[in-house]
Amino acid sequence: MSRFLAAEGEEINPLVPHTAEIILAVVVFLILVWLIKKYVMPSFEQTFAARTEAIEGGLAKAEAKQAEADAALDELNKRLSEARHEAARIREDAREQGAQIIVEMREQAQEESARITSQANAQIEAQKQLVLAQLKTEVGTLATSLAGRIVGESLEDEARQRRTVERFIAELESQPSRQGS
Amino acid sequence: MTTTGQVPGAEGFTPPGPGDFNLPPVFGDSVLFAKPALLLVVSAVAVFGFFFVTSRRTALVPSKAQYVGEQGYGFIRNSVARDVIGSQHFLKFVPWLVATFFFILLNNLFGIIPLIQFPTFSRSSFAYGLAVLVWLLYNGIGIWKHGLLGYLRHVTMPAGITGPILVLIIPLEFFSTVLVRPVTLALRLFANMFAGHLLLILFTLGGEYLLLNSDKVLYNSVGVLTLILAVAISFLELLVQLIQAYVFTLLTAIYIQGALAEDH
Repeated sequence: MSRFLAAEGEEINPLVPHTAEIILAVVVFLILVWLIKKYVMPSFEQTFAARTEAIEGGLAKAEAKQAEADAALDELNKRLSEARHEAARIREDAREQGAQIIVEMREQAQEESARITSQANAQIEAQKQLVLAQLKTEVGTLATSLAGRIVGESLEDEARQRRTVERFIAELESQPSRQGS
Repeated sequence: MTTTGQVPGAEGFTPPGPGDFNLPPVFGDSVLFAKPALLLVVSAVAVFGFFFVTSRRTALVPSKAQYVGEQGYGFIRNSVARDVIGSQHFLKFVPWLVATFFFILLNNLFGIIPLIQFPTFSRSSFAYGLAVLVWLLYNGIGIWKHGLLGYLRHVTMPAGITGPILVLIIPLEFFSTVLVRPVTLALRLFANMFAGHLLLILFTLGGEYLLLNSDKVLYNSVGVLTLILAVAISFLELLVQLIQAYVFTLLTAIYIQGALAEDH
């Protein structure tokens, strides 16, 4: 309608306000603001808050987990170092014990060897005594038989007698060494 | 869409003008039943419908619709309201700013949506209406916060300025803050939409006229070129429509922040 007025030459100024339209814009806009405030905003804000909380809650949870893990790691490290100390101590003990055992063994071995040596000495002494006793008796017998031989034999040859005596002595000399060994 | 009707038998092309923005009522006799007013109401219903539907589910992991709604709402809430007004007071202005942005945006987009093709705010009265509301809002906030005299001092006497210069500053500041702001706010929105729409109808109707009503091949091809340009201008308009909706919202937030500020 106004277009036709325009065509007829009447000036149309687009800046001139229409009260009805201004009121319409105001009313429609205010209703829109109210609707958004009432029905849209609470829902979105609630979602945002819940999401923020979820993220922050998740962070807190992660922090707690981290602390727990740290504590566990500390505990583990403590245990490990304790175990290391324990192992070192045990090794030390073992070394000491080993050394002690070696010393003891050495003493024992020395004692044993001393014992064996003295036993052997005693045995040798005894055998020597025995041999000497035997020898004494045998020397007596031999001296008797030699005297018999010397007496029984004619004193025809000085040299022969001498040889006899030498032979006898040689026999004597060879006899105890054979017996003593 | 209206076309600039040719008087039958008359020679030549009638260029589009301001008259093309005065659409006749669809029914009845009131301007409230004309296309622009109906579009305004439709846009409000659509904006609220969109946010109502997308905000029903409050899942932590949003569905696609919820995500789109949250992104739109969150953009104004965080990038405009919170960043400009500050995290202490911004929340109570979020509905206003969200409504402002999406209401203006949709009404602007009507300018290039096929079959609708009328940017509602090319009717200056609607822009006046919104600007009046913004004016009432930020001045009301200022008076509520500082008291009437305190607000006037807050507005007209910038901190750190003393002496005779105040004689000059006080009327200037009053003029710029209290009187000019709503006018520029309204005219910026209106003029952009008005000019853009006028440009679009000029190119489309002119191109059509050259293509169909001329015998010369040269004029016909210029008509085709003009129509192609009209498409390009539509994309330019899309950008302008977005920017104007954003600017209006951003300025509203800045005015609110200015009224709330402790020292100016």
